[in-house]
Amino acid sequence: MISFSPTEEQQMIVSMAKQFASNEIRKIYRECDENGTIPEGVIDTAWKMGLTSGSIPEAYGGPGGDRSAITGSLIAEELAWGDLSITMHVLCPALFAYPILEMGTETQRKKYLPLFCGEKYKAATAALIEPRFGFDPCSLSTAARLDGNEYVLNGEKCYVPLAAEADSLLVYAAENGTSEAFVVEKGTRGLEVGEREKNMGIKALATYEITLKDCRIPRENRLGGEKGYDFSRIMNCSRVALSTMAVGVAKAAMEYSRDYARERVAFGQPVASRQAVAFMLAEMAIEIDATRLMAWEAAWRLDRKEEATKEAVLAKEYADDMVLMVTDRAVQILGGHGYVREHPVELWLRNARGFVTFDGMAIV
Amino acid sequence: MIDFEPTQEQKEAINIAHEFAEELFRPVSRYYDEHEHESPGELIDKTWGERNKGTLALGLDVTACLRIEELCWGDAGLFLCIPGPGLGGAAIFASGTKEQLSRFLGHFNEGDPKWGAMAMTEPGCGSDTSAITATATRDGAEWVLNGEKIFVTWGKRAAENPGGLVVVWATVDKSAGRAGMKSFVVPAGTQGMRMEKLEKKLGIRASDTATIILDNCRIPFENILGSPEVKKVDKGQTKGFKGAMATFDATRPVVAAMAIGVGRAALDFVKETLEKEGIKIRYGVPRQKLTTLERDIMEMEANYKAAKLLTLRALWMMSQFQPNNLEASMAKAKAGLAVTKITQKAVEIMGPLGYSRKYLLEKWMRDAKINDIFEGTGQINMLIVARRILDYSRDQLK
Repeated sequence: MISFSPTEEQQMIVSMAKQFASNEIRKIYRECDENGTIPEGVIDTAWKMGLTSGSIPEAYGGPGGDRSAITGSLIAEELAWGDLSITMHVLCPALFAYPILEMGTETQRKKYLPLFCGEKYKAATAALIEPRFGFDPCSLSTAARLDGNEYVLNGEKCYVPLAAEADSLLVYAAENGTSEAFVVEKGTRGLEVGEREKNMGIKALATYEITLKDCRIPRENRLGGEKGYDFSRIMNCSRVALSTMAVGVAKAAMEYSRDYARERVAFGQPVASRQAVAFMLAEMAIEIDATRLMAWEAAWRLDRKEEATKEAVLAKEYADDMVLMVTDRAVQILGGHGYVREHPVELWLRNARGFVTFDGMAIV
Repeated sequence: MIDFEPTQEQKEAINIAHEFAEELFRPVSRYYDEHEHESPGELIDKTWGERNKGTLALGLDVTACLRIEELCWGDAGLFLCIPGPGLGGAAIFASGTKEQLSRFLGHFNEGDPKWGAMAMTEPGCGSDTSAITATATRDGAEWVLNGEKIFVTWGKRAAENPGGLVVVWATVDKSAGRAGMKSFVVPAGTQGMRMEKLEKKLGIRASDTATIILDNCRIPFENILGSPEVKKVDKGQTKGFKGAMATFDATRPVVAAMAIGVGRAALDFVKETLEKEGIKIRYGVPRQKLTTLERDIMEMEANYKAAKLLTLRALWMMSQFQPNNLEASMAKAKAGLAVTKITQKAVEIMGPLGYSRKYLLEKWMRDAKINDIFEGTGQINMLIVARRILDYSRDQLK
């Protein structure tokens, strides 16, 4: 039956995430953006909330909660309202853990999932994006070639979050023209982690270029083994994650510019009392809600294990435009004040522009 | 639990409504567009029967709105010919007493087709309904109504067909502003109420949009909806107006549902044509690799989806008895504008086929536009959304 009400359990998780975002993330995010680091304490606190490990079954050492894209979406929105960099850092291990959990072979699950059930944050990541014009996840330049009992990987990746500290990476590469995923462990010969990247936004999140030069890994490291895996599902989980994160960022920007417009007086009246400003805010609010519902619908299909490509793509495309529109207007509403770094809206605009690029950098 | 799956009953309702849209509406769509003030008799009789059987039950709930989307996919103008209590009924539901509900609507479904209408707009006031000049003066056991009402949807049918009713908005005390604004049920055929003229319109031509004159029109005292007392309230408060506003919270999502039906008709037509031409929309291909056409289609589809989901949410909230004033206006604002743009874009994409009256697309573009106008223009709904998110009164944000 059509319903828009999260379950009680979801509401509890959401309120926990919301609290964490406003009490912890919001206190430090500007500083994190300025100096490019995130304090370990915050990451550990988030880890203890079980955001990544929560859905790992008991057999692999986890608490065995339901894995749900909707729940993931609800959490991602709240966290991203706090800060996008910190959210992507906190949820980064899922880029590795969730595909293993859903699509890995039994051996892969037994080997890797328990690593994410410990007390301390466990960095792991995935490498999808490639540093070239016309990048297409379905037509990767990075190649995997089978050589006896080993795969040989060659190519370059970029925007690999936490590549330097991650013990395990899921590297996407084309095998006979199809995008496959391969587990590459830290220290494997031929895997080179480059300098930390310098980006327009998400500056607190450490991302890297990596190079694979005749990088040899065991044959059994292919995700899902002989059976393979469902790449489009992973992409859709990523689209949904990013769409809801875009909603979180946009919501932050809308709220801030709304409150500012109520206080800022021009010509004897708060600027919010002028339709030119008020209508901008109204449209922002409408589009934020619309995007959230579209992301939920795609997530709902994912939870039902249904084909969700169309819904996820439409939600993500819509979210990409929406978040840019909203954050740009937030800067506009603050005028000159929006342009200075004393206010957060410029940070949100920089982060927002990245969503079109971030496919594969977050997952629910 | 968040869920987007219609119930089995709703799925059946959608299928049945779609069949009617295809078999009963579409074949006569063009005819009644071109014969503006002719009445689609067969369609009226048939839908009246189905409605009273329940197969085409229409109201303010989720199921009814899923039906309405399908019927308006068929033809929005013809949808507005379906007999029923309509907006007049919605107003009675929103602020009538039990006794009034039973008196005015208790036997509405019996006998010959009947219509209900709501008369609010006047030549001098549209969205600014507080500027209404029609008057209601008490004379013993009666109210005497005077004034001119325009753009009354279902106006002719409601005022002239026996058993119908028109809910008329009039002021009982001009000096009281909004607090003096009351609504009155005027039964069809009441002396002093007459249909003056039918508008010729851009679209939804099958729908009768009438001017209604009230000339010393006398109705029983008990026909007032809500309290006859004028509660003087502080400036900025709108208590006397609650009835009308509550009605809009309920009816705006319905108009949004109508809108998305028209939008989907256009979208389906374009997609079917592309399919015939062997053009596939590639979902998931990076943006820079998509054709302009693919990007256009995806944008149209996404906007349709956005409008539909906002509409379902507003309806669902109503079904949960949650206040939905903000969400109803969000849905209406989004849907009205979205389908206006979707249908206009569709005409562009289809080129000579889009502009030609050989196909229905150009009609849908004309039909779509009304959704951004009636039951509160897009701008009025944006204003409501803005006031709600800013927590401003109508005096703080004009």
